[in-house]
Amino acid sequence: MTSPVSPAQPPGAHLPDHPDFLWDNPEPKASYDVVIVGGGGHGLATAYYLAKVHGITNVAVLEKGWLAGGNMARNTTIIRSNYLWDESSGIYEHSLKLWEGLEEDLGYPVLFDQRGVLNLAHSLQDVRDSVRRVNANRLNGIDAEWLDPEGVKEVCPIVNISQDVRYPVMGATFQPRAGIAKHDYVAWGYARAAHAMGVDLIQNCEVTGIETAGDRVTAVETTRGRIAAGRVALCAAGHSSVLAGMVGLRLPIASHPLQALVSELLEPVHPTVVMSNAVHVYVSQAHKGELVMGAGIDSYNGYGQRGSFHIIEQQMSAALELFPIFSRAHLLRTWAGIVDVSPDASPIVGLTPVEGLYLNCGWGTGGFKATPGVGDCFAHTIAHDKPHRFNEPFTLERFTTGALVDEHGAAAVAH
Amino acid sequence: MQLIPCPWCGPREEAEFHYGGQAHVAYPEDPAALTDREWAQYVFFRDNPSGPFAERWSHSAGCRRWFNAVRDTRTHDLLSVYRIGEPVPAPSESEEVNS
Ligand SMILES: Cc1cc2nc3c(=O)[nH]c(=O)nc-3n(C[C@H](O)[C@H](O)[C@H](O)COP(=O)(O)OP(=O)(O)OC[C@H]3O[C@@H](n4cnc5c(N)ncnc54)[C@H](O)[C@@H]3O)c2cc1C
Ligand SMILES: [Zn+2]
Repeated sequence: MTSPVSPAQPPGAHLPDHPDFLWDNPEPKASYDVVIVGGGGHGLATAYYLAKVHGITNVAVLEKGWLAGGNMARNTTIIRSNYLWDESSGIYEHSLKLWEGLEEDLGYPVLFDQRGVLNLAHSLQDVRDSVRRVNANRLNGIDAEWLDPEGVKEVCPIVNISQDVRYPVMGATFQPRAGIAKHDYVAWGYARAAHAMGVDLIQNCEVTGIETAGDRVTAVETTRGRIAAGRVALCAAGHSSVLAGMVGLRLPIASHPLQALVSELLEPVHPTVVMSNAVHVYVSQAHKGELVMGAGIDSYNGYGQRGSFHIIEQQMSAALELFPIFSRAHLLRTWAGIVDVSPDASPIVGLTPVEGLYLNCGWGTGGFKATPGVGDCFAHTIAHDKPHRFNEPFTLERFTTGALVDEHGAAAVAH
Repeated sequence: MQLIPCPWCGPREEAEFHYGGQAHVAYPEDPAALTDREWAQYVFFRDNPSGPFAERWSHSAGCRRWFNAVRDTRTHDLLSVYRIGEPVPAPSESEEVNS
């Protein structure tokens, strides 16, 4: 077999070296001002902004496995802010702005690459909804364009825009400032910077109970002993229902498997990110050259971190219709994460009925893009015991008051 | 792809089925008497256990009937299937279907 890759410049040669030391592995202390449960992107970013913006450094991040080995390690890294409602625009655009300065802020490469995102429309109703979203985005000062099929082809020449297929491309929204980042580097950058400011990052430490006295949280029980805590912040993504259940709190959340897969390394063929809500596939080409493809969620609740084969079949048939050029690409590996889906496809971030216990969950299939934004806002919420203005709309109470933020149409993964 | 044992048709491929979420969530008996909080619980809040879960499935590409199942959400193992109107089988009975 001949390799298309020149040995002088293998794919990924431009990537920074893997660092060999970023943080210690300390023993947990008996007590912390703030204990963050979950060492994914959200937990690490929250710790970083708590230390950096609010000067709160007596903080532990407790992770039951290894740092950022949950959804943070499993997602397709798409970053964008083209959601429909003002509430979502607020927090996702806040996040996108932080992404734009993140390398400098962390002093660490995160390979944020603003290559743009196309969200395809395949029916007249898709077209109308998409144009509405473009208009809503613009009113919120967010870059967005409506492209016809030829415009789509100009941005991404390998998209099949033939109208003679089952789900023809009738156009797309385009957000040029959107893109991808290297998820591991993002986690390592936050972890390294938080560690440098005194935050303890404790791996192999599962929270098994949450202690309260009266209405207040006082400690967590873990597989490495009891740890007293002034405040406890949940950043456990797919496991939030389990943790909230420890204080008798029920959440409107369903945990589902969500899969992704990558191809072998290919020459650069795909210059942007393409998502299709209707046919359940989203594709970008990673920095090294793999095609990274995401699917829709498995319909049933699941904590097993594996999904069904028929979902992959659907995803691949959609991908091949959209990108006939992929027909000979080999699949390298597939995996799944556990995503926490809320009834309105929007997150739940804020206070809980238990004093000192803070909730961050429900980001479902789309929380990677929020990492810097939610870290900043959640840290503010914890430090001031009051929501930041950008997470104020995303309360647990909205399911009682009816003030939902219905983002199913802009969430872009079928669920 | 899992084989799901439809209580009427026997084991069939997962792709023939449609998922219906948590089982045994009864419509409120006296809807007008419910507070907003109780309505929210009925409409939006469901159990989400890591472990055995009683849920509904429809064999939509087969006999098209609904039935209930107890499935372990960690392993995806179907511990038991039973017909609508029947009570949740006791855990010991549940184990057998799978073996
Ligand atoms: C296949 C896939 C594709 C995705 N694609 C995208 C995308 O393109 N763009 C996007 O924006 N988002 C995407 N997402 C969603 C995104 O990954 C999540 O919303 C986001 O990662 C959630 O926040 P997190 O990073 O903190 O979660 P996680 O990384 O899952 O962190 C939660 C951590 O909590 C730990 N934990 C759980 N329970 C306990 C306990 N009891 N004690 C201690 N630790 C505990 C877990 O081990 C885990 O490490 C995708 C997700 C998946 C699975
Ligand atoms: Zn049947």
